Amino acid sequence: MIQAILVFNNHGKPRLVRFYQRFPEEIQQQIVRETFHLVLKRDDNICNFLEGGSLIGGSDYKLIYRHYATLYFVFCVDSSESELGILDLIQVFVETLDKCFENVCELDLIFHMDKVHYILQEVVMGGMVLETNMNEIVAQIEAQNRLEKSEVSKQLCSSPGWVEKTWAEAGVCTCVGLCCCETSGNDTHLLSSLSPLKLMDLKVNQP
Amino acid sequence: MVAPSLKLQDLIEEIRGAKTQAQEREVIQKECAHIRASFRDGDPVHRHRQLAKLLYVHMLGYPAHFGQMECLKLIASSRFTDKRVGYLGAMLLLDERHDAHLLITNSIKNDLSQGIQPVQGLALCTLSTMGSAEMCRDLAPEVEKLLLQPSPYVRKKAILTAVHMIRKVPELSSVFLPPCVHLLHERHHGILLGTITLITELCERSPAALRHFRKVVPQLVQILRTLVTTGYSTEHSISGVSDPFLQVGGHSSKTMTNTSPLSSTQVATNTDTSRNAGNAVLFETVLTIMDIRSAAGLRVLAVNILGRFLLNSDRNIRYVALTSLLRLVQSDHSAVQRHRPTVVDCLQETDASLSRRALELSLALVNSSNVRAMMQELQAFLESCPPDLRADCASGILLAAERFAPTKRWHIDTILHVLTTAGTHVRDDAVANLTQLIGGAQELHAYSVRRLYNALAEDISQQPLVQVAAWCIGEYGDLLLEGNCEEIEPLQVDEEEVLALLEKVLQSHMSLPATRGYALTALMKLSTRLQGDNNRIRQVVSIYRSCLDVELQQRAVEYDTLFRKYDHMRAAILEKMPLVERDGPQADEEAKESKAAAQLLEAAPAPTEPQASQLLDLLDLLDGASGDAQHPPPLDPSPGGALVYLLDLPCAPPPPAPIPDLKVFEREGVQLNLSFIRPPENPALLLITATATNSSEGDVTDFICQAAVPKSLQLQLQAPSGNTVPARGGLPITQLFRILNPNKAPVRLKLRLTYNHFHQSVQEIFEVNNLPVESWQ
Repeated sequence: MIQAILVFNNHGKPRLVRFYQRFPEEIQQQIVRETFHLVLKRDDNICNFLEGGSLIGGSDYKLIYRHYATLYFVFCVDSSESELGILDLIQVFVETLDKCFENVCELDLIFHMDKVHYILQEVVMGGMVLETNMNEIVAQIEAQNRLEKSEVSKQLCSSPGWVEKTWAEAGVCTCVGLCCCETSGNDTHLLSSLSPLKLMDLKVNQP
Repeated sequence: MVAPSLKLQDLIEEIRGAKTQAQEREVIQKECAHIRASFRDGDPVHRHRQLAKLLYVHMLGYPAHFGQMECLKLIASSRFTDKRVGYLGAMLLLDERHDAHLLITNSIKNDLSQGIQPVQGLALCTLSTMGSAEMCRDLAPEVEKLLLQPSPYVRKKAILTAVHMIRKVPELSSVFLPPCVHLLHERHHGILLGTITLITELCERSPAALRHFRKVVPQLVQILRTLVTTGYSTEHSISGVSDPFLQVGGHSSKTMTNTSPLSSTQVATNTDTSRNAGNAVLFETVLTIMDIRSAAGLRVLAVNILGRFLLNSDRNIRYVALTSLLRLVQSDHSAVQRHRPTVVDCLQETDASLSRRALELSLALVNSSNVRAMMQELQAFLESCPPDLRADCASGILLAAERFAPTKRWHIDTILHVLTTAGTHVRDDAVANLTQLIGGAQELHAYSVRRLYNALAEDISQQPLVQVAAWCIGEYGDLLLEGNCEEIEPLQVDEEEVLALLEKVLQSHMSLPATRGYALTALMKLSTRLQGDNNRIRQVVSIYRSCLDVELQQRAVEYDTLFRKYDHMRAAILEKMPLVERDGPQADEEAKESKAAAQLLEAAPAPTEPQASQLLDLLDLLDGASGDAQHPPPLDPSPGGALVYLLDLPCAPPPPAPIPDLKVFEREGVQLNLSFIRPPENPALLLITATATNSSEGDVTDFICQAAVPKSLQLQLQAPSGNTVPARGGLPITQLFRILNPNKAPVRLKLRLTYNHFHQSVQEIFEVNNLPVESWQ
């Protein structure tokens, strides 16, 4: 079982903090700091496994980490997980982030912390590995994002006096939203469609 | 009109713009005030944005508890955007300890039954992260329904949620057992992955489930086969293949032993090890092979695979190989021995994790045949290793030396070397062990005292070394001055030099009070051993009569009195010590503690100081010689009358009442007995010695004993003394179990014995529940 997933930068500032076991807030911060100090001491060419600090659970737990550019991705796991498997999982997670954000960098993680959480939720759930197939994860995330965008535009265009602004601000989103209004009752359509609607179709559906 | 609230991105910009910690705090506090106001006003449109900002601030470490109720409102909203943030907030901010968490149960129920798929997914995710026992009970029927839904996305999440529920509420296992078999027929890898986790969890919890799933084992093997033969992509290789292994390995059945070797070898030979995923699979294969009772050939294959990994250039692979070998070393000692040279090479690694693993494995691999070579390597390592490993290395070397020392001289040399290299890191009883060892090796007295003198002359900072050296010089000072030890170059040592050295130790600020005590006593003993006059010694002793340390002062006064009033007794009192009796090399702690009483009588200096002074007070009363305020002659009672007298006293801590032995197993003349010791200094520790005896006509070979304890206890098994018990009462096998029981829980043991007897292989598994109460109370 995975106990915690931490992402912080070379100076120890947390970029993503997710615990799958309950700790009070001060302990959580302490764990982040302690982990940072442990991981910082490691050279780049030595192995990616660390016996864990004392706070996170003790002797059964290991820290498995990978260093990408300015970020450390640290997974705290117990002995029931395969160490090499978790290393691969970190790689999958980062590659998924890359696909979702187009050449992801630290700034993306900083400014879109909530989106990173949503992506993580598709990979690891409740401390257990949920899905390792990158394409599936990305498809899910894109579907959810579309759902969110459609709601935003629905809300915007439903209140009067906002229509002109809508066209100026939302651009294509609005059109997509309008289409989806027609089809929102049918769940599977939203989820299974992987390609965005073409502009030609939109013209037909505009009121 | 309310000022338009910041978007999340803008807030982050502002926080990043803050130059100092104080500025950042200011920005955040201002924003939190806005957020609080907005929550109070109940603005539904921007609520999700406010909560997102609050979650960001929470990640940085600032308090965010006032957002908890807002999570509830957001979850109850009908918009996906709101729900998303609301559920995220629930996962990060709410937990079982807050009463508010139960309030989302209803929302989750609605979302699970009526929501669209993403919403169902969110609800399941939240439930599996922070679902408490009550929530799980309430929502179990909904989750069960979702297990059978057509959509794989929701099903795989439902499966993992079921795992979490079973962990929280074990009674729910019966609810989730029936769908499992059905789920195994799925093709979707995500579902398979989740199902296997669920089955593993079920099997771990109840043996009934285990029996149930034995029937589906062929199916699992089939899945495995298809995955292996059709060639898999990296995406699936972790999930698809490793997990069947995990599951299979843990809960094997008899049928498995036929089919799995085939699949295991297939996987082992076909797996592409050029990618990390392939290596992960191989490792799991190896562990599976070791867990289930495979044929010997397969086990050797497994160990060889691990050996190959040890030579891999990738450090991660080597680390995992070392870890796996450590797990195997107890059961397949000889197979692992073959890779000893590689393991020893790993000691040279600069990587701290690797060298720690290598150290543990090397220590486990030491046996009587390779002890000299291994010790050399380990001692070389000790000199260069990082400080946090020093203590483990030193104690490991000392333990191994004790068990396998070929000669006493070698043993003394080894301990000496460890003391000089890493003296500050050795355990406390190393001093007692060494003094006892030297005391027992009569022929080596001269040799030891010379070497110790030389070592001491070079360096007086390592306390254990100084203590032992001082003791030796005191005891065998005459041998030191004779100067004709054949094993070291003859060195003429002057009396004055010896005294000067001891004085230096006494005066050095690096010496602990205990060390000073040793030195003072040594000086005193030298007064009878040396030929010259004792003025110098008397001077030193009288200086310390006014020392601030009470212990030293007492001694000095006693010794001074010895010079003045009781000079006629001095020689008798300061005779050479008789040998301290000691148990075997196993349980050093028990030897030390149970001998604390004995040590009092034989007056070994140090660890028993406070007890010694109590004893003296008692003597005072009994002798009735308390006319003057002098203390009676101290620590070195002459053997004989005084000794017998002392034995009658209820002096300091009485040795603990021995716990009765327990016979736990008997079959055709082969018996297993457990004997218990609880060292009083560490009440949480229980030392069990399992002794296997054989009164039958046939030899017992390949004897392996494994043990398991309930989760609240910790068990450590040491390597057995051997694995053969000759027939007709031949030398029994002993093995030490160390059990840590800090909660004083009743100790239960499950033992598994495997051995060959009368050309049959015997396996016995049984539980021991009737351990005597004194062993754990």
